Amino acid sequence: MSGWPILSLTIFVPLVGAGFIFLIRGEDAVVARNARNVALWTSLITLLLALMVWASFDPTTAAFQLEERASWIPAFNINYHLGVDGISVFFVLLSAFLTPLCVLASWTTITVRVKEYMIAFLVLETLMIGMFTALDLVLFYLFFEGVLIPMFLIIGIWGGPRRVYSAFKFFLYTLTGSVLMLIAILAIYHTAGTTDIPVLMKTVFSREMQLWLWLAFFSSFAVKVPMWPLHTWLPDAHVEAPTAGSVILAGVLLKMGGYGFLRFSLPMMPLASDFFTPLIFTLSLIAVIYTSLVALAQEDMKKLIAYSSVAHMGFVTIGIFTFNVQGIEGAIFQMLSHGVVSAALFLCVGVVYDRMHSRMIGSYGGLVHRMPAYAAVFMVFTLASIGLPGTSGFIGEILVLVGIFQVSTWVAAGAALGVILSAAYMLWLYRRVIFGALTKDDLKSILDLDRREIAIFAPLVIAVLWMGIYPSSFLDAITVSAQNLADNYAAALKAAGLAPPQVLVTGVSP
Amino acid sequence: MTAWIPEQMVSALPEVFLALSIMALLMIGVFRGDGHTRAIGWFAVAVTVVAGIVVVGTSAGPGEAFGGMFIADAFSRYAKILALAGTALALILSISYIEQEDLARFEYPILILFACLGMMMMISANDLIALYIGLELQSLALYVLAAYRRDSLRSPEAGLKYFVLGALSSGMLLYGASLVYGFAGTTGFEGIAKAVGGSDSSFGVLVGLVFITAGLAFKVSAVPFHMWTPDVYEGSPTSVTAFFAIAPKIAAVALFVRVLVGPFAPIAAQWQQVVVLIAILSMVLGAFAAINQHNIKRLMAYSSIGHVGYMLVGLAAGTQAGVQGVLIYLAIYLAMTAGAFACILCMRVHGRMVNDIDDLAGLAQTRPLLALAMGVFMFSLAGIPPLAGFFGKLYVFLAAVEAGLYGLAVIGVLASVVAAFYYMRIVKLMYFDEPGESFDRLPGREVGFVLAGTGLFTAFFFIVPSPVLSAAATAAKSLFAG
Repeated sequence: MSGWPILSLTIFVPLVGAGFIFLIRGEDAVVARNARNVALWTSLITLLLALMVWASFDPTTAAFQLEERASWIPAFNINYHLGVDGISVFFVLLSAFLTPLCVLASWTTITVRVKEYMIAFLVLETLMIGMFTALDLVLFYLFFEGVLIPMFLIIGIWGGPRRVYSAFKFFLYTLTGSVLMLIAILAIYHTAGTTDIPVLMKTVFSREMQLWLWLAFFSSFAVKVPMWPLHTWLPDAHVEAPTAGSVILAGVLLKMGGYGFLRFSLPMMPLASDFFTPLIFTLSLIAVIYTSLVALAQEDMKKLIAYSSVAHMGFVTIGIFTFNVQGIEGAIFQMLSHGVVSAALFLCVGVVYDRMHSRMIGSYGGLVHRMPAYAAVFMVFTLASIGLPGTSGFIGEILVLVGIFQVSTWVAAGAALGVILSAAYMLWLYRRVIFGALTKDDLKSILDLDRREIAIFAPLVIAVLWMGIYPSSFLDAITVSAQNLADNYAAALKAAGLAPPQVLVTGVSP
Repeated sequence: MTAWIPEQMVSALPEVFLALSIMALLMIGVFRGDGHTRAIGWFAVAVTVVAGIVVVGTSAGPGEAFGGMFIADAFSRYAKILALAGTALALILSISYIEQEDLARFEYPILILFACLGMMMMISANDLIALYIGLELQSLALYVLAAYRRDSLRSPEAGLKYFVLGALSSGMLLYGASLVYGFAGTTGFEGIAKAVGGSDSSFGVLVGLVFITAGLAFKVSAVPFHMWTPDVYEGSPTSVTAFFAIAPKIAAVALFVRVLVGPFAPIAAQWQQVVVLIAILSMVLGAFAAINQHNIKRLMAYSSIGHVGYMLVGLAAGTQAGVQGVLIYLAIYLAMTAGAFACILCMRVHGRMVNDIDDLAGLAQTRPLLALAMGVFMFSLAGIPPLAGFFGKLYVFLAAVEAGLYGLAVIGVLASVVAAFYYMRIVKLMYFDEPGESFDRLPGREVGFVLAGTGLFTAFFFIVPSPVLSAAATAAKSLFAG
């Protein structure tokens, strides 16, 4: 296996599948059926490849693995350079894991322009996996920005009534942040003479330059994460996007921001990261508490989950900027967990939306009487979102809180408040939708999960419980990379004559 | 091979060949009449192709002709190939269009070739006089082409507007040239460079430079000399608009680059501020003014103003990397714009051209491949990676950053976000909205080939960008060698 360019295969297999779908001709019904099948099988093959990436990944080292390098633009010393480390390998897996579920979730609900839909999702998968494995800044930017095209089309073509507004808002918000990052990338290239990420991680930029670069990268990642007050595109995009679009948005696209902070801001601009930590903490705390309160007031299920995403991602950004092992690995784990859980929650909403064509909480109630299996599945993800021990959400939250307590008790107290609020809005949502008397007439004939839906939810439930009960499968690899990141960060601060971050607990992982 | 040609002529062989071919085609046209316009059109395409081959074939280092008034170096070869490619594409796009619109008179391809000859002279100009002759040869042909649909009101109006404003700008250019001549004592570019760089450059040269810059800014339609562009684009027959948007822009930008980094390189600090200003104005105006346009040709006019702004960003850097960025941008702009106009030429309902962008509504459902191509061009014009347009912007902004022009780069990328809005509006119309009346079949098979070729280039440029990049690098280097 070692001779195979397995990362390139993982990236481009979906694109090949998209090419096949593009060539399908014939009657609409036949084209739609073939497109669905090709998309499903392609994404399953990609998942298999991603699992092979994980299997051949060595969790004992923080170095980049499975590296591939090819000359791309030699005149500018820009190369096609791929590789994964403990930070990125699971995001590749997450992207490959969610795409087949998205295809399945759209099996019966998407009936118009199925061919284009499946092409868009496969192209999206290529871009997402490419982004997480790119080890060249220009290559990274290519994938990072390219994601906008399929997502814009997915929201705009197959979305809800206000899809045009939401698609434009999503597009312009994200583009504005990203173009500033482009300038920063050019400045880095000009200063360092290379865009190779591993080389740049060892490059030391002057403090003033770091500050500017950090702000430019921040403008892009803060929109993507999204951080308060740049989050307003997210509820709109989520509400209007088709279910599978929301799944990818919440599951993977939001993680691009967090991943960006970990990959670029911390290692390349440590002094600036240190300088701007109070800003991040403030914005993140506001996100955690304010958007939690906003979530409490929502009447629309998708909006509620969208706001809860902002709150959960606030946790992630705080965790990243604690600069200690627990905080960083907690943030990564929280992103993975949120990727699975929020994706599953959007799929849960999708299940009842497909049946009743309403996302309003008020339209439901007492579903447990007609849909016991659905109620059970929904409960698992609700509790995972709250962070109940035994689910994936708990591991991420506890690690982040351990990390924050070493830095600031006050920030930790605020973040803990967010945990309580998340329990409030999620349990309230669950009570209003699932419990109570079944009073509404149109709900009395609603059907429970069918086999296709069970096939979608089963892997998600397994993933949530696996990550909650035996997190070491994932944490072992993450810890090594997080430790490396934290060590390099401390060394960089020390070299600059600043006090390195306090470390109360070293090398311990639960 | 070239032994039988006078020594003086070798460097100018492509131009000589082009001029003789035009005469021959003109004779054929005169004696055989309008019935053979299609054949003459294809002959004209063949002439541009052969001229391109000759340009590549005479690539034996820099050479001069006509007593140093004419220079053939790597830079001119690169720009000439682009100008010839643009001309060929515009000719191919015109062939069916002029037949359907009853414009099929044999002068049409010949005028386009004359304009092309003018462009090649401009690109190779090494003297203010040669510059002016090339420019006028090009412009006079363009004025006639703009007014080519003589039985409509719009087209002669466009031609007249273009002529009056063009004459004004030529006047400014001439005045500037005369001032420069007065202070430098020569019209040759090397002489000017020596005179300007030698002693403390006098105020008169500066004034002359400003006038020349204004005249050239008019030709590339940079703000604040852009007023003619939307009206001329809208009024001219669409195939002529396509030509305007592609080839003359390439020649004028190349000339702009040669004049500023050639004879006036010693006073770069003076012209740099001017170029920065017009670049910013062009990018911002191009972005904001296009938002409210409903006519696709006007929209493309503002779009081209914006793109000229981006090219000027590279020029403003004034470095070799900047010139290289401009040249890369030109190649990519050529493909994107030719493709976009090929799509616009397909906007025909019941045998009549339509120009309203709302007519594109639902194109993805009625004509999926055409919509896909147009979508690729729009995303590329907006500069979204991995499409070609992104790389164009990447290299000019890289040059700007290297030259320390951070403010210019930031304004530029923000303007590109605003511009993305109106490009996306077209994608939105095609993909999100319900279809109206379907377009007619493609006007001709050749339009389909242009669409496919430019579309594939734009979409897959990122896979092997190196040939264009290294050609542009060689071209830029030749400008800074001596």
